[in-house]
Amino acid sequence: MTDLTQAGCRSTPVLRERGQREVFCGLTGIIWLHRKMQDAFFLVVGSRTCAHLLQSAAGVMIFAEPRFGTAVLEEKDLAGIADANAELDREVARLLARRPDIRQLFLVGSCPSEVIKLDLSRAAERLSVTHGPTVRVLNFSGSGIETTFTEGEDACLASMVPTLRETHDKELLIVGALPDVVEDQALALLGQIGVNPVRCLPAKRAELDPAIGPNTRYALTQPFLGETHAALQRRGARIISAPFPFGAEGTTLWLKAVAAEFGIGPDKVDAVVAAPRARAEKAIAAAARTLRGKRIFFMPDSQLEIPLARFLTRECGMEAVEISTPYLHSDIHGPELDLIAAGPTLSEGQDVDLQLDRVRTTRPDLTVCGLGLANPLEAEGLATKWAIELVFTPVHFYEQAGDLAALFARPLRRREILAASHPNRMEAAE
Amino acid sequence: MKLAVWTYEGPPHVGAMRVATGMRDLHMVLHAPQGDTYADLLFTMIERRNHRPPVSYTTFQARDLGADTAGLFMTAARDAHARFKPQALLVAASCTAELIQDDPGGLAETMGLPVPVIALELPSYQRKENFGCDEAFLQLCRALARPMERTTRVTCNILGPTALGFRHRDDAQEITALLSEMGVEVNVCAPMGASPADIARMGQAHFNVLLYPETAEAAARWLEREHGQPYTRTIPIGTNATRAFIEEVRALSGSSLPVDESRLRQPWWAASVDSTYLTGKRVFLFGDGTHVMAAAKVARDEMGFEVCGMGCYNREQARPLRALAREFGLEALITDDYLEVEAAIEQTAPEMILGTQMERHIGKRLGIPCAVISAPVHVQDFPARYSPQMGFEGANVLFDTWVHPLVMGLEEHLLTMFREDFEFHDAAGPSHHGGKAQPLTQSATVPHGTAAEGGSTPPPAASLPAGMPSLDNIVWLTCAERELKKIPFFVRGKARRNTEKFAVEKGLHEISVDTLYEAKAHYAR
Repeated sequence: MTDLTQAGCRSTPVLRERGQREVFCGLTGIIWLHRKMQDAFFLVVGSRTCAHLLQSAAGVMIFAEPRFGTAVLEEKDLAGIADANAELDREVARLLARRPDIRQLFLVGSCPSEVIKLDLSRAAERLSVTHGPTVRVLNFSGSGIETTFTEGEDACLASMVPTLRETHDKELLIVGALPDVVEDQALALLGQIGVNPVRCLPAKRAELDPAIGPNTRYALTQPFLGETHAALQRRGARIISAPFPFGAEGTTLWLKAVAAEFGIGPDKVDAVVAAPRARAEKAIAAAARTLRGKRIFFMPDSQLEIPLARFLTRECGMEAVEISTPYLHSDIHGPELDLIAAGPTLSEGQDVDLQLDRVRTTRPDLTVCGLGLANPLEAEGLATKWAIELVFTPVHFYEQAGDLAALFARPLRRREILAASHPNRMEAAE
Repeated sequence: MKLAVWTYEGPPHVGAMRVATGMRDLHMVLHAPQGDTYADLLFTMIERRNHRPPVSYTTFQARDLGADTAGLFMTAARDAHARFKPQALLVAASCTAELIQDDPGGLAETMGLPVPVIALELPSYQRKENFGCDEAFLQLCRALARPMERTTRVTCNILGPTALGFRHRDDAQEITALLSEMGVEVNVCAPMGASPADIARMGQAHFNVLLYPETAEAAARWLEREHGQPYTRTIPIGTNATRAFIEEVRALSGSSLPVDESRLRQPWWAASVDSTYLTGKRVFLFGDGTHVMAAAKVARDEMGFEVCGMGCYNREQARPLRALAREFGLEALITDDYLEVEAAIEQTAPEMILGTQMERHIGKRLGIPCAVISAPVHVQDFPARYSPQMGFEGANVLFDTWVHPLVMGLEEHLLTMFREDFEFHDAAGPSHHGGKAQPLTQSATVPHGTAAEGGSTPPPAASLPAGMPSLDNIVWLTCAERELKKIPFFVRGKARRNTEKFAVEKGLHEISVDTLYEAKAHYAR
């Protein structure tokens, strides 16, 4: 492992910008949350724009009937809030009649519902009385005025925390919606290390939801769960502070921090993880052959930017030019910043035109950005990695570490393969 | 409030963006919350555009709402003008900005920008994407098109192509070439490819060619009224419609130049004996009104299909579509609820769907082949190759794309003859589509022994339904059900429906093998 004592960039001054932000709103999280929680339905109370975003952000429409939908506000709903509530109750009743398998219903606030001050928390209370105890009705906001992209998942999980049962048992809670395969791997590793019992938030089904209390110790698997972190603390649970489980190093540090909290020493962890860690390092090395020495620029998108920059600079030999994130939570991102060597610009927020100017000036080898910007940058001869793939792909823990590195290597390898016929071959030669 | 799972149309500001993105040297400032920038990816990913749409968003957040969202808008407008130096600026509000009533148009007017500023009113809670296209283009014409002298030579404008349109790029090219063959030059093609300066000189043309009423009918009407430019009514989709369009253009332009039809292959492809198997194939059409109406005529008159259902999602076209459906002996389905469309398709059991991206999914679910004829479409419907829907090449393209999803003629015969071959059975799907053929598995249990032996004995436990037989309470005997499964899948739906209808008419409560074949004889053509 690389030397941990070098100066990190926790104290690097942060460039804060305000201007046009080219980011998704929090509704986007529904795309993966609705598959993760198999008995949940996400009902966005919003406009045609919200519905259009959901089907466009999904990229392809999901073949099975999705467990999300939009109650589209119409002119008459705007005229009177009382009517809007009655309309909402009717739509929810119809929905639940059609989907008797639903046990958790999330009313998801949107920009228009917030601006007209439609109180979805009261609606959720009212509907819980009507449809409970079979169906639990919760609410959170996925609106663009309140949330940026992955903050939607954060808001959703935070809304669940107050409803969790109380326990005084010492349990580990893993927080963050992980792909099933990754969650299973994490549970297996923790089991072998000797940490138990382990619970997950969110659980696959409502009846599997964890209990929580002052002896709960939780570890975040995603760097964007600030509100959930706060809600868990309000319930008396204690965070296990660690870098995030990306890459061989991140995963090892995360597991060791968790193990330490449960009185298990690092030697035990090293023994258990020796084989998967070696596999991860081997797989990372393969992708790192492409990545080593290449310069990378992160546009703000998912809040995964800081942990990924740590992984790519420390384990893949890349050089970060600018690491930009929608929000920088110093206590959540702190352990990551400590590990990133000083040098790159750190920025929070966005003024997209100014930031694109910096991309054009610095001409990084790879720019991590949203879908709206990727092709335009490629057309200017700049290789890109679209960021949404990072939340749609299993990337955590050892067995996925190679895949994570490969996600960044692939656009570069592709450009090499296509070099002779690429429309920008002339510019590239300049 | 209305529950939507998938939508056929986006909000109206996306329509306005389609107009702006299609054009050159125009910029749009959209007052919109953070997150509405998702719309950029429609253009950069789905249509693979290599430039960002010319749209600046204010992307306000909650903290701005209490402060100064109007100031935010003005800053965005000023920055956009300074950075992009457009010839004209469109300003509009998305659904959320509409609620906060900052009046972007009024604000922009006070700023004294040195270019024309065109404000759009886009009622997001009433109207949709197509309205947004139509309205944005109309307002651009109203603000910019000046009265001008006609060109000496006969010219026309092409109206309607936008960004993200279904084959608009190629349609515009095909029709431009066709007009050129007729000696008619295109003065301006708009919105796609035009700059605000081009819009200003639209009045020079002698007439207009309206390709897509969805996106440009309001502008065509306004130009007719204000600039005395008549516009074409025929949508040149299919061989017959293209020929009719040529006649219409001749009448408007006085052109008598011959049009070369040697590259038109569709009529012979349809007439050649290999296509016989297409006869009477039942197709269900759904999409925007214009494309559905055109496709219905092509399907019936040029392909020899039977149109068994049609509908559109844009209410603006409901009236003409209903009239055409009546002419076909059908009732049109006018809805933007895709679940309703799915139910109608399931009930009609067509052999093929001609629809949108949405119907492609419905077809996948119901196991019915589908070809796409209308927006909304996805990335695979923006092909690299030239692939218009309009004109003579468009007719060729229609033939190819509509036949492609079907099982080929000879394959269909073989399946009918040897329907239970373990490798070559109907569940394997068309052989030219790849995909792995699943070996046929024998049904493990036969529910009713007596019936399974081939007789018409009813299942012992089934009590006969009381009352008059109807489509809801009719019972298929196991033997008949098994016989039905021997009918190839692409006609099975039709056979089931016809047999049930026949049984109800005959007052039968049960369907036996005999009923099945009596019905077959009854409906034989």
